[in-house]
Amino acid sequence: MQILRSLIPSGLALAFGFILAMMPLHTAKADFQSDVRALAAKGSKAKIAAVSKLAAGGHAQTVAVLEAFLNGQLFTHKPDKRLVIGTKAKGGYLIKDAVRGTDTAVVAKKLLKKIRINNRLRKVVKSALGGLTLLSSDEAQRLKAANALFKSRPAGMLDLLNKAHGQETVAKIKSAMHRTLSAIQATRLKDKEQRIAALKALAAYPVQDVRALIAGLLSVGADGKPREADADVRKAARAALGDIEDSLQLWGFAASIFQGISLGSVLLLAAIGLAITFGVMGVINMAHGEMVMLGAYTTYVVQDLFKTYFPGAFDLSILVAIPAAFLVAGGVGIVIERGIIRYLYGRPLETLLATWGLSLVLQQLVRTIFGPTNREVANPSWMSGALEVTGGLTLTYNRIWIIVFALLVLGLIMALLRKTDFGLQMRAVTQNREMAASMGIRTGRVDALTFGLGSGIAGMAGVALSQIDNVSPNLGQAYIIDSFMVVVFGGVGNLWGTLVGAMSLGVVNKFLEPMAGAVLAKILVLVAIILFIQKRPRGLFALRGRAVES
Amino acid sequence: MLVGKQDFRDGDTILYLDGVSVSFDGFKALNSLSFYAKAGELRAIIGPNGAGKTTMMDVVTGKTRPDEGAVVYKDSIDLTRMDEAHIANLGIGRKFQKPTVFESHTAYHNLELALAGDRKPLSALFFKPRGEELDRIDEVLEIISLTEQRDRPAGELSHGQKQWLEIGMLLMQSPELLLVDEPAAGMTDAETEQTAILLKEIAKDHSVVVVEHDMEFVRALDTRVTVLHEGSVLAEGSLDNVQNDERVIEVYLGR
Amino acid sequence: MPVNAHGNAQGPMSMRLLSSTGSKLTVFGLLALALMVPLTHALLPASSPFYASAYTMGLVGKYLCYALLALSVDLIWGFCGILSLGHGAFFALGGYAMGMHLMRQIGERGVYGNANLPDFMVFLDWKELPWYWYGFDNFGFAMLMVAAVPGLLAFVFGWLTFRSRVTGVYLSIISQAMTFAMLLAFFRNDMGFGGNNGLTDFKELLGYNLQSDGTRAGLVAASAMALLGGYLLCRFIVASKFGRVLVAIRDAESRTRFLGYRVEMYKLVVFVVSAMLAGIAGALFVPQVGIINPGEFSPANSIEIVIWVAVGGRGYLHGAILGAFAVNYTKTYFTGALPEAWLFILGGMFIAVTLFMPKGIVGTVPDVLKWRPKRKPAQPLAAHPVPGE
Repeated sequence: MQILRSLIPSGLALAFGFILAMMPLHTAKADFQSDVRALAAKGSKAKIAAVSKLAAGGHAQTVAVLEAFLNGQLFTHKPDKRLVIGTKAKGGYLIKDAVRGTDTAVVAKKLLKKIRINNRLRKVVKSALGGLTLLSSDEAQRLKAANALFKSRPAGMLDLLNKAHGQETVAKIKSAMHRTLSAIQATRLKDKEQRIAALKALAAYPVQDVRALIAGLLSVGADGKPREADADVRKAARAALGDIEDSLQLWGFAASIFQGISLGSVLLLAAIGLAITFGVMGVINMAHGEMVMLGAYTTYVVQDLFKTYFPGAFDLSILVAIPAAFLVAGGVGIVIERGIIRYLYGRPLETLLATWGLSLVLQQLVRTIFGPTNREVANPSWMSGALEVTGGLTLTYNRIWIIVFALLVLGLIMALLRKTDFGLQMRAVTQNREMAASMGIRTGRVDALTFGLGSGIAGMAGVALSQIDNVSPNLGQAYIIDSFMVVVFGGVGNLWGTLVGAMSLGVVNKFLEPMAGAVLAKILVLVAIILFIQKRPRGLFALRGRAVES
Repeated sequence: MLVGKQDFRDGDTILYLDGVSVSFDGFKALNSLSFYAKAGELRAIIGPNGAGKTTMMDVVTGKTRPDEGAVVYKDSIDLTRMDEAHIANLGIGRKFQKPTVFESHTAYHNLELALAGDRKPLSALFFKPRGEELDRIDEVLEIISLTEQRDRPAGELSHGQKQWLEIGMLLMQSPELLLVDEPAAGMTDAETEQTAILLKEIAKDHSVVVVEHDMEFVRALDTRVTVLHEGSVLAEGSLDNVQNDERVIEVYLGR
Repeated sequence: MPVNAHGNAQGPMSMRLLSSTGSKLTVFGLLALALMVPLTHALLPASSPFYASAYTMGLVGKYLCYALLALSVDLIWGFCGILSLGHGAFFALGGYAMGMHLMRQIGERGVYGNANLPDFMVFLDWKELPWYWYGFDNFGFAMLMVAAVPGLLAFVFGWLTFRSRVTGVYLSIISQAMTFAMLLAFFRNDMGFGGNNGLTDFKELLGYNLQSDGTRAGLVAASAMALLGGYLLCRFIVASKFGRVLVAIRDAESRTRFLGYRVEMYKLVVFVVSAMLAGIAGALFVPQVGIINPGEFSPANSIEIVIWVAVGGRGYLHGAILGAFAVNYTKTYFTGALPEAWLFILGGMFIAVTLFMPKGIVGTVPDVLKWRPKRKPAQPLAAHPVPGE
């Protein structure tokens, strides 16, 4: 009987201890629950407090709740005052319990009351989330967190950031973390030496938002007093700002050059064909732009065929499109030469008019077959994406490939003209038709093939263009005037002139653009060429002598 | 007889080239050429193809600017700074190798266009030929034997007739110095003879420099001859002297 | 009276100008149109077979303006060999000058009710009229600008190109670039010319309501008179020695220089006159169609003018007029009946005319009429290039 009497108190104690032990869990849960519930409280202050507590709590569901809150997906379930995360679904909303993350059900909208968020709250939630995801195992999340924290720069995050930065292995993310670290140090720390050091560190990041940050530091508040009180710090800030702006300018300069060369390479491709038909044959082909357009449409058709029949080999479609476009445009070119041009030799003005009419016909033909709207042509995967040199300079792969392609084509054509028999015949017929004929050269055939060559190259230009621009029936018109300008500027009859002309026009155009806007830039370039022609009527690399007078 | 503006005395140098050089893309068309012609003289210039004869004319008439050297007209006028129209208005007339008459215009209008006088656009707009101008045109038509063809488009004339028409246009300009480039080209023997007579007649009151290939024609001209070779003067003198000159024989008869 | 191969007699001026059959037909035909169309519209009942509807009247008015424009191009192209592919710019400038005057006439009747500022300026939040709009409320000044502005542009452009001896296709391409640059410029809203919407919503001209039939009829008559005047002016120029120099320049520019003529000056004068005529055509066009926008500057428009002249026959003057009417009538017909086909036809016209009918209608018809087997072809009526130029 004695043993029983001692069991009861131990049992009670055990039970009590057990209950006590269970309590923190329950309390923790209850804490979490009450913190979550606090989000529904009235007033931002209470909400902010709730968010801070949740962030510090480390509960597994915290991220989900905070994200739902941010996205407007956090609701109070009116019947039982539970907090739920809801997403739109058939019949109302699909909800799940915010605290537990389970217990899904579909309820009507009127049973839910959204928990409102405002901008100030958003900032707090974002930085809270930032802190939480800073150490996430997912790389993308870490990067996102580092960048998000840059915007809000909460001082409380310094330690966490330092820790994350220390253990970060991926260079890109490490750099982003360091940037955010420096930003926080520069703007939130009390010690001015530390701020100055941080500013110096920031100078290594020549990007727009760092620039804006420092500029903001130097700005004057509504009361007329500078935001940064210490003069030394201001001096360091100005120095850093200067460095950054210099870097930005340099990279901007480089970007313009790249853009210019890219445009130049497209112009080059379009103009080589013209330089041959105009420079070598003396024929003005106003339908040249349409050859480019045909090449672009050939690319579209080839891609379509690949998508339908060989979807796996889509990346090869470009490689097929290039010779296809050459053949299509070249073939059309030969037909044009035999059918129209050959009857108009020696009458350049008539050739101009006839080929203009031809361009109208070709455009309308394409419009009728393919419709007047833009057609989609996609980049193959090996041409997609870009090379990021620094924060300021991004070189897209498609443009790089086009530059390479253009130079390759130029080289091939020069070799063709100088080294092959055909090239020799071409040049002979151009210089003295009768002489060439009496030497046994079939001038008619050479004419047709030369014109076909020029048109074929234009077709390949169309392939290149389709990768960076829209494909529509008016594609040719957009580039024809520019192509002529290149040929006129670079000098007729000289392929080096075409290269120099195309590149200079491309670069000049791109440099003027940020200053004057695209339209005005174009006008200025046109006017400049008109004026240039006054000084050197035969272009940059003109051929002197009597033979060229015609 | 036709009267040219002769305020420059016979015997004075009317045209003077000194050390003139012209290159086209590396090829030296004129190589330090020095040449002078006296007023009232009839001079023939001969030389193989590519010797620079036409280029020399281009330089004098303002079509080509020399790379170096001086071109002086009437001892004081620097021709290298002027353009074709200006030089033409100074009194230097040129007849081209290929007859370049205005094919759409009648022989009459061709001559009317060449009529010496005000060249300004406004005057041309209200131009009406005066009596003596009409007479003058008829006179020239007579000289060049084209009176019948007065109202025919020049495009319908024979080659020889076009050459004469061009000479006629040259006369209408009343130039003091005539530069005539291969006037006998493409002509029959009879026409060639007539052309020589015509030029000799003209030379009585004008300074004339003739470029020619046809040795019969040059002989018929019976005057001082300059031989050009590879852009500079090779020999000068009467046709006989020049034809017997060793250097000339070498150049013409080959190596 | 001796008659030379041009068919121009050498007698009193009036006879000289009106001698060839083609020119007689043109002049009297125009006078007839000038009177008939507006008269029948105003006086005859709608049921009469001779009644010209408002729609027809509008078309004829447009064609008359186009004919004057074609004339201006024929003057420089057919007679001097200058192929300008940018003449639409002069037409548009004249049109804008007239448009600016008409905008000022709207006054308070615009949408925003601002007496001083046109609607589009109020819309852009501009506070006052830009300096280059001053004076356009005055009719006389505006009319002066109609001719002066295109003339000035032509002068500058001509001065730069002719003096550098830019000719032939180079000139044509550069003239394209010029009109293209103008197109881009006038598209900008901040230029103060209405941007891409242009100038429109006109109410009245010289006190006459632009929507009323009477005004429209008057405009058609005015266009016909302008065309007639332009034609006589061109005829005068072409028949004079100046005209002969132009033809000489066209056929052998170098030779003309060697004759002592300042070729650049002649080209400049005729180019400026041509531009002014085009400007006047544009100014008469705008009140009839009710709008002027930058699209008029488009290079395609300028090239189309050339086909009008080519189809009709260049170097005859009346050929240009005929071509303008013929091609534009075809355009009106096809864009109504078979719009898809129009561009094919237009393009085909370019090709067909250059390949098969280089002398145009006016040049080919006499050849066809006088063609007999085994005989030399007949003489051309007016100055035009020997085939194979």
